[in-house]
Amino acid sequence: MDKRLLKDVLAERFMLLLTIFAGLIVFVMAIGLYQRSRPILAIKSLSELLFSTSWHPLRKEFGFLPFIMGSLWVTGVAVIIAIPLCLLTAIFLSEYAPRYVREWTKPLIDLLAGIPSVVYGVWGVLVIIPLIKDYIAPFFGTFSSGYSVLAGGIVLAIMVFPIIIHVSLEVFRTVPYEIREASLSLGATKWQTIKHVVIRKAMPGIIAAIVLGVSRAFGETMAVLMVAGNVAKVPSSVLEPAYPLPALIANNYGEMLSVPLYDSALLLACLILLLVVLFFNVIARVVLIRVERSIK
Amino acid sequence: MDRRKIEEGLFKALMIASTLIILSSLVLILTTVIVKGVPAMNLAMITQTPKGGFYLGKEGGILNAIVGSLYLATGATFLAILISLPVVLYLNVYAKKSSRIITFTRFSLDVLWGVPSIVYGAFGFTIMLFFGLRGSLLGGIIAVALLVLPIMTRAMDEVIRMVPKELLEASYSLGATRLETALKVVVRQALPGILTAVLIAFGRGIGDAASVIFTAGFSDFIPYSLLRPAATLPLAIFFQLGTPFPEVQDRAYASALILTVIILIISIASRILTRRFTRHVVK
Amino acid sequence: MGMGFKTHISVQNLNVFYRKQQALKNITIDIPDKKIIAIIGPSGCGKTTLLKSFNRLIDSVDGIRVSGKVLVDGENIFDPKIDVTRIRKKMGLLAQSPTPLPMSIYDNVAYGPRIHGLKDKKELDRIVEHYLKESSLWDEVKDRLHTPASRISVGQQQRLCLARGLAVEPEIILADEPTSALDPKSSQRIERSFLRLKNEYTTIIVTHILRQAKRLADYVVFLYCGELIEHGPATNVFENPKEEMTREYIKGVIS
Repeated sequence: MDKRLLKDVLAERFMLLLTIFAGLIVFVMAIGLYQRSRPILAIKSLSELLFSTSWHPLRKEFGFLPFIMGSLWVTGVAVIIAIPLCLLTAIFLSEYAPRYVREWTKPLIDLLAGIPSVVYGVWGVLVIIPLIKDYIAPFFGTFSSGYSVLAGGIVLAIMVFPIIIHVSLEVFRTVPYEIREASLSLGATKWQTIKHVVIRKAMPGIIAAIVLGVSRAFGETMAVLMVAGNVAKVPSSVLEPAYPLPALIANNYGEMLSVPLYDSALLLACLILLLVVLFFNVIARVVLIRVERSIK
Repeated sequence: MDRRKIEEGLFKALMIASTLIILSSLVLILTTVIVKGVPAMNLAMITQTPKGGFYLGKEGGILNAIVGSLYLATGATFLAILISLPVVLYLNVYAKKSSRIITFTRFSLDVLWGVPSIVYGAFGFTIMLFFGLRGSLLGGIIAVALLVLPIMTRAMDEVIRMVPKELLEASYSLGATRLETALKVVVRQALPGILTAVLIAFGRGIGDAASVIFTAGFSDFIPYSLLRPAATLPLAIFFQLGTPFPEVQDRAYASALILTVIILIISIASRILTRRFTRHVVK
Repeated sequence: MGMGFKTHISVQNLNVFYRKQQALKNITIDIPDKKIIAIIGPSGCGKTTLLKSFNRLIDSVDGIRVSGKVLVDGENIFDPKIDVTRIRKKMGLLAQSPTPLPMSIYDNVAYGPRIHGLKDKKELDRIVEHYLKESSLWDEVKDRLHTPASRISVGQQQRLCLARGLAVEPEIILADEPTSALDPKSSQRIERSFLRLKNEYTTIIVTHILRQAKRLADYVVFLYCGELIEHGPATNVFENPKEEMTREYIKGVIS
């Protein structure tokens, strides 16, 4: 009898330890990255690092602005493309489509989420880059190598389709059918009901879905690395190349240790990335928890 | 009256169009992978390692990456299970219902789920520097294990939560300890779901490049120990795509095809498992 | 029809199938105009299905099949050529638990008129005030018309739903267990509203509270397991029921 209880208690202690460890991982990572960034924070102020456009590691100049702007441009384009497509699709699947359509489409969209980021990158290089170089840029009367904000934005948009749609569908599910019925019985059409009642009720959740998508786009590395061009300059149009923050970090892993302060700067960039993504994620999750709670 | 119908009709058309756009992007991507990858596939591709260097050598195949990826993903998944399963069992069987630890850990893992894989790679790298390790299979395993941990935990949590409380109570009233209930009742009941969670995590881990780019190194050879660098399929694609030699590029396309096929198989398998799971759940 | 009243709704051989189950079996009945009609019967017996087939709200249920006719003012509402929203405008639905729309009190009442095209602010103001008065809610909310409807009490919300339903100027009020979620005082208010509105609207109430039916109904319809067992003027059905089952139900034997 005692032996079994002993095993039980030991197991509990062990599992508790692991649980605490799991819960603390995110903090440990942030602290670890911070520790490694201290060398560069010691000699340069944060505002100098964040707002300077001069990136010359050999001269000890580490201005992150081109990369932050690069990330913002690419994420911005991705979100502009993704939001209307995802919302329309989510509304269609949730409110109009017959059940079998929904059951077949959802897994296919989730499949998009499983495709590895390098494969997106390959596809981007093979399909999107020539598309921009040979068709889109000439159409607007300019020249582009194809490696651009637009390329990154298009590829990223497809990558975030699954998460925005998935979360939006979940949110639509939480809208009680009774208020849909109330609106219909007043003589509203289905579309009017969706426009004025369903979307209104689902709005906080939809915004959370979009924020999660933004966060995902912001942190995406490989696909943008392969198509965005990687030129350390603030882009001034969508047809120009960009160098998003994660691409910076991934691209320079080789030189990181050979140039002084380079590794510290890159890990600081990583820390900034982590903090931005955490910020978005925490807000989105809190909103979604509130949405879940409101239906109870 | 007519205006309402026109507006609704317009939006319905837009909705169907956007659904089709999204679905066709999936088709486009898969088609490209197949069209470029299938011609590049031959027996040598999957049975030989690259000869003459992965970037420049025109002979040989991608066996280094295939085996390297399998080793790495398996190791990382295994490591993640060792942490995930106890944590999820603790959260669902041991901890008090409204305990702060539960909400904190679940929230923390939910937030962790969204952390970009490059952060795991960079963090793994800092750990490796601390221990004096170099780009190696072990480094990759640790980084990828951290990456898939929140994914696996969340998926497992969702299935184990579904185990009805009555089942646990039945076990307790027969005199079983919590440990025995957790291992013999809960795990058995939720086994298909647990396997699905493991599969999903494996799929995520094997396809990720950013976490291994710093930590696993790269090599033309199959690693014979944990401390040797390992080639991985995602990095094989990344490094070999930009080469001037079409034969080497072919290796990149073949890697992409194999990787995508693995992911597809895992997706289908996990869907089948999920369906079987929900059918046999004891209500 | 020989019963001395004008018919507002005429149900002819209505059958409703929900996948393999038959929810309503061959219902044929004439609903009298400008009276309060109570549909009574045990739970799950098709009362709500019948009610919701009057405004075709059952259309949105997956797998539903309907045969037969329902004539409102002579038109068959199940005719495929008919504009459903026009039919629904003729009916106001009051659901079991109050369902305020996610907007302010004012916007809730104004929602109906607005979606049917009314834009004039003065007219909307007038409508909101008038119908909130009709449902005895005006005095309690007149100072906070623009606060979210979710903030008022459950009893007030139900009266708001009544005002909202009346604002589209229906001819028929459909009420599905309208007081089952309310406290006695609020229930009383709703019942009094129905009695007051009797002369202008045909009111059809689904209820499982026999005493409520006795209080309010002019005409009673008794449904059991999707079948129409008996119907007639309230006094007849309650005091001299023709069918054995009706007698049993009224006595409280079957519930």
